[in-house]
Amino acid sequence: MSHVVKITIDGVECMATSGQYIIDVAKENGIYIPTLCNYPGVKPKGSCRICTVKVNGRMMTACTTPVSENMEIDNTSGDIVELRKAIIELLFIEGNHFCPACEKSGNCELQALAYRYSMMVPRFPYTFPQRQVDAQNPKLVKDQNRCILCKRCIRAIHDADGRAIFAYHKRGNKVEICLDPKIGKNLSDELAQKAMDVCPVGALLVKEKGFDQPIGERKYDKEPIGSDIEKL
Amino acid sequence: MGQKITIEPVTRVEGHGKVTIHLDNEGKVTQTRLHIVEFRGFERFVQGRPYWEAPVLVQRLCGICPVSHHLAAAKALDVIVGAGTGDGLTPTGEKMRRLMHYGQIFQSHSLHFFHLASPDLLFGYDADPLKRNVLALALENKDLAVQGVMMRKFGQEIIAATAGKKIHGTGAIPGGINKHLSKEDKERFLHGADPLNIDTMIEWSQAALEFFHDYHDKNKAVIDDFVDFPSSYLSLVGKDGSLDLYHGVLRAKDKDGKIILHDVDYQDYLRYIDEEVRSWSYMKFPYLKDFGKVNGWYSVGPLARLNNADFIDTPLAQAEFEKFRAYSGGRMSHKPMHAHWARLIEILHSAEKIRDLLHDPDLMEGELTTRGEKKMEGVGLIEAPRGTLFHHYKINDRDQIEMCNLIVSTTNNNQPMNNAVNQVAVRMMTGQEEITEPMMNAVEVAIRAYDPCLSCATHALGQMPLEISLFKGETLIDLKRNR
Repeated sequence: MSHVVKITIDGVECMATSGQYIIDVAKENGIYIPTLCNYPGVKPKGSCRICTVKVNGRMMTACTTPVSENMEIDNTSGDIVELRKAIIELLFIEGNHFCPACEKSGNCELQALAYRYSMMVPRFPYTFPQRQVDAQNPKLVKDQNRCILCKRCIRAIHDADGRAIFAYHKRGNKVEICLDPKIGKNLSDELAQKAMDVCPVGALLVKEKGFDQPIGERKYDKEPIGSDIEKL
Repeated sequence: MGQKITIEPVTRVEGHGKVTIHLDNEGKVTQTRLHIVEFRGFERFVQGRPYWEAPVLVQRLCGICPVSHHLAAAKALDVIVGAGTGDGLTPTGEKMRRLMHYGQIFQSHSLHFFHLASPDLLFGYDADPLKRNVLALALENKDLAVQGVMMRKFGQEIIAATAGKKIHGTGAIPGGINKHLSKEDKERFLHGADPLNIDTMIEWSQAALEFFHDYHDKNKAVIDDFVDFPSSYLSLVGKDGSLDLYHGVLRAKDKDGKIILHDVDYQDYLRYIDEEVRSWSYMKFPYLKDFGKVNGWYSVGPLARLNNADFIDTPLAQAEFEKFRAYSGGRMSHKPMHAHWARLIEILHSAEKIRDLLHDPDLMEGELTTRGEKKMEGVGLIEAPRGTLFHHYKINDRDQIEMCNLIVSTTNNNQPMNNAVNQVAVRMMTGQEEITEPMMNAVEVAIRAYDPCLSCATHALGQMPLEISLFKGETLIDLKRNR
């Protein structure tokens, strides 16, 4: 039986329903907690750690932690902000993110977070991994250089029979997403577009469609990521 | 005893290069070469990328004329997406691209004339080096400096309105453009507060020509005799023979003005043009195949365009073009310093074109893109500020770029620049006991007339200095320039 619980986020009292995740309660109360792997309507995974908050003094991921009575949540203290910034920087150095020629520039959540957290240059050395562009699929290009392994595509994109179209393959630092060659071959235009939209970066691109949305009209051109929630 | 002098860097050019001048023991110039010493490799690293990224990716070659690369790549991809070979776009698609391109020509030419070249004209190539720069120009002739800055700004604003950003925008996409011109932008370009409106820009373009004419009258030796050698010329011209900076057919004339490449379709450029690699430079040497490696070289750029065109289709620029032609007795000009004159005529032409386009309703409404039967290969040519720019792409059946060939404007001018450097070096340095700074700047002045962009030409990375080395026999003297 769900019941109403009271929590505080950065000292602000928030009413919530037991079982709700911290991130959803924050959103309902106009408080932005950044996310990358989390996606509305998809079961949370907690893999990117960018939503880390302090719950009664302990670091926990806001997308996978349900609220409970009298939780005190810290979302903005210096060490939390610094941790998130470090995660963003690590994601940049771990791949080959060349924003200037990326179709997702301006719509990219990783880029938008880097702006929001004022990342100038990463403090860590670039790793320049050797990764491939896979353009075998007739509808989608997969650019592994940009993938942050958030698993959004694996969790959100299914065919009409409910089968996942994307999966992980390989292991450790070689892990990649891949398209099921059989199911992926018949990907519909709608599903291809959905996969591109679900991807927080530019790792999945609909073929032969690029840059038709002008600069200045892209999602994060006008206001920083999270502004829509903070306006609530 | 031999001698080598290094001037480092040669200033007010875009790119990093080096000039070596060899003198024998009698002080006679025996060899002069313009070396381009940096390498970039865009042609290689676009391989494997999705083809529609090319206009946005390849423009990163340059921060001065990225629009030219952006549009040349987009024109090549128009062919690939079946939108025709440059004139098959929707009216909105073509006119928005033209507006972007004229904005680019306007700002780039203004940058070159006012910021890079005019200090030589105003103060003389032998003036104190501390004076030969745009800041000294601003102190000496404030109006001219302000006009230069504001004309560049106007051109950049046109680019931003059409491409989304002043530098490295995304306006041109395969098959067209991604936006209309907004009503607000149209109004401010037409009727904005002075000086940033098109009428003032036309007025200032004419004033710049007046400045040049006045200078020319008083300094004929600098403009007419400083460097002078016969050349063939290559450029796009409109199908009617007009000056067309965005699209047309390929024409070449020999040194006598005879047409040697008869208005051909540039999709077939490989039938007519090849490139030679020489061991001492990263910049290739293009030549017309029919005339061979030795005699097939040619010049491109403003002078080539005005030498090749039959007329200009805007009245004010046409009137100036007639003066330009008449000055050479109705024939072609072989004086590289006349490129400054030609450049100013093109500034005026671009301003007139911008004004005409701003009144065109197609910019505000209409279909943005078109597509047709897909092809696996496309060539895009455009007249960039510095000359004819070639982009050639082949794609595979997975929509990835498989081959990219770029012949950049400055590459086309490689041999003429070497000739110009040699001529100036022979004249200024032969038999001289001491090689002075003004002599070395004279070499730079000759190079600067071509407005070279060496970083584009070699697809090079980094700073853009040019160094000059002078050998006497086997010995080397280095005169480093620390600016």
